[in-house]
Amino acid sequence: MTAVAIASPFSFSFMVNALRAGTIVAVLAGALGWFMVLRRQTFVGHTLSLVGFPGAAGATLLGISPVVGYFAFCTGAAALVSALPTGGSARGFTEESAVVGSVQSLLLASGFLFVSLYAGNLGGLSSLLFGSFLGITARQVLALLAVALPAVVLLAALGRPLLFASVDPQVAGAAGVPVRAVSVAFPLLVLPPAAAQALTLRPAAGLLLSVGIGVGATWAGLLLAYYLPYPTGAFITTLSFAVYVIARIVRSIRHRRS
Amino acid sequence: MFAQPFMRTAFLAGTPIAMACGLVGYFAVLRAQVFTGDALSHVAFTGSLAALAVGIDLRFGLYSVTVAVAIAMGLLARRGRADDVVIGSVFAWVLGLGVLFLSLYTTGRSGVSGTSGNAGVSVLFGSIFGLSARDAVVASLLGLAVALALIAMARPLLFATVDGAVAAASGVPVRALGVAFLALVGLVAAETTQVVGALLLLGLLAAPAAAAQRLTVRPYGGLALSAGLAVGATWAGLIESYLIPSMPPSFAIIATAVALYGGVSALAWFRRGVTSNEHGSVTLGRAGSSTR
Repeated sequence: MTAVAIASPFSFSFMVNALRAGTIVAVLAGALGWFMVLRRQTFVGHTLSLVGFPGAAGATLLGISPVVGYFAFCTGAAALVSALPTGGSARGFTEESAVVGSVQSLLLASGFLFVSLYAGNLGGLSSLLFGSFLGITARQVLALLAVALPAVVLLAALGRPLLFASVDPQVAGAAGVPVRAVSVAFPLLVLPPAAAQALTLRPAAGLLLSVGIGVGATWAGLLLAYYLPYPTGAFITTLSFAVYVIARIVRSIRHRRS
Repeated sequence: MFAQPFMRTAFLAGTPIAMACGLVGYFAVLRAQVFTGDALSHVAFTGSLAALAVGIDLRFGLYSVTVAVAIAMGLLARRGRADDVVIGSVFAWVLGLGVLFLSLYTTGRSGVSGTSGNAGVSVLFGSIFGLSARDAVVASLLGLAVALALIAMARPLLFATVDGAVAAASGVPVRALGVAFLALVGLVAAETTQVVGALLLLGLLAAPAAAAQRLTVRPYGGLALSAGLAVGATWAGLIESYLIPSMPPSFAIIATAVALYGGVSALAWFRRGVTSNEHGSVTLGRAGSSTR
């Protein structure tokens, strides 16, 4: 094996922290997303995954910790979305999608307002909006773990009833992972679970597969972005999407055989 | 206020676009296709940035990619309505591509990173005060064309939406109408991106339409009301933003539209609580109950 001219990615603390944070996000998103995809709540999931933007922007404007702003917006949005009429009828769904859409654009609009009020400097906007895995500190990894661990435990405790009953708004709220990687939160929430459910409908195997695909895509994406000059988010989404497409092809071949 | 040329162009472009948005949004809410609009708004973002990254006119990428994806969604959907998980999966990937194009565009011309960063921002959050007079005329003509096209197909589309099977049996081309409708949604998404931005157009699509459906059960009355509310929210937003310069126009427009919807919902909830305590049929303002 030839010696690599570039230093090993694991020798840099920013890469190690990025891999740690990415793994936590991928595990949480893979598990939460499996229920979200099963319940066909993709739209709600997408809306809640955007909460990080106004939360972080508002906190920056007020000069408080982004985690506080995140939780304020997260609980607010989850409460709004869960308070809407959840009738099983087609009409109830009609209303639901309109409410979710309105909440989502209001969230993003307030994020934009906070950013433009903040000294009118829009330079940091795209990093706030799309986030980045680079520059995550060890403390932020710990904070992320502190949020993710209870969420996974709660999910495990609720797992069986959740399969049959309605989703708990708090669990749904945890979907918007408070990491500075908003652009990957939603893809990781929908793509690995969708791929897993195309392959197996058994809950335990599906959950494991979903988490595995998410972690694998995150690791591969981070390492690819280390060596190639393109953003991490593009690699992670493209890899997960490729797995999803392959899973759909495998499923249709299986269907044809049986 | 109207002495300012940028305000005149903003009103000139904003009015027909908002009208088209309200009309198309009414059917998007009725057909439960708001999520499709959400996906198309991200497609609009990626299309614009792809055009910028390649170095061609932004609007070319915006319109062609958004409409093409909208038509593809309509054609791929088996029964005229695509599965939410499929839509979500595709647009999660589109989101990643958008990030890629943004980085290609911003790193490609690092010398003027300030201006290229602003291009990304105006795609995401709109730039109605920055439209040129020619852009405004083109945008308003297109908005009018979309509005007219939707009014022309409103009757069969309503039939197909309310009861697809009966409509198909009586010779209404349900599938073709679904595809044509999604093409209109794509056009509106591309148009509205210039007013409130790709990330916020969902509010102008969903909130006025949902408010209108709460206020009236008559489909044509609701359609007109939805367009009226969208135009009203746009005008109010533009004026608010003119009076309070630190408030961006896209925020003012969306906040007004969502506040209208919230107010109407609260009113309906309050009235229902006063008139009857029964929780049986809460069909106040739900369109469709009268068309059955």
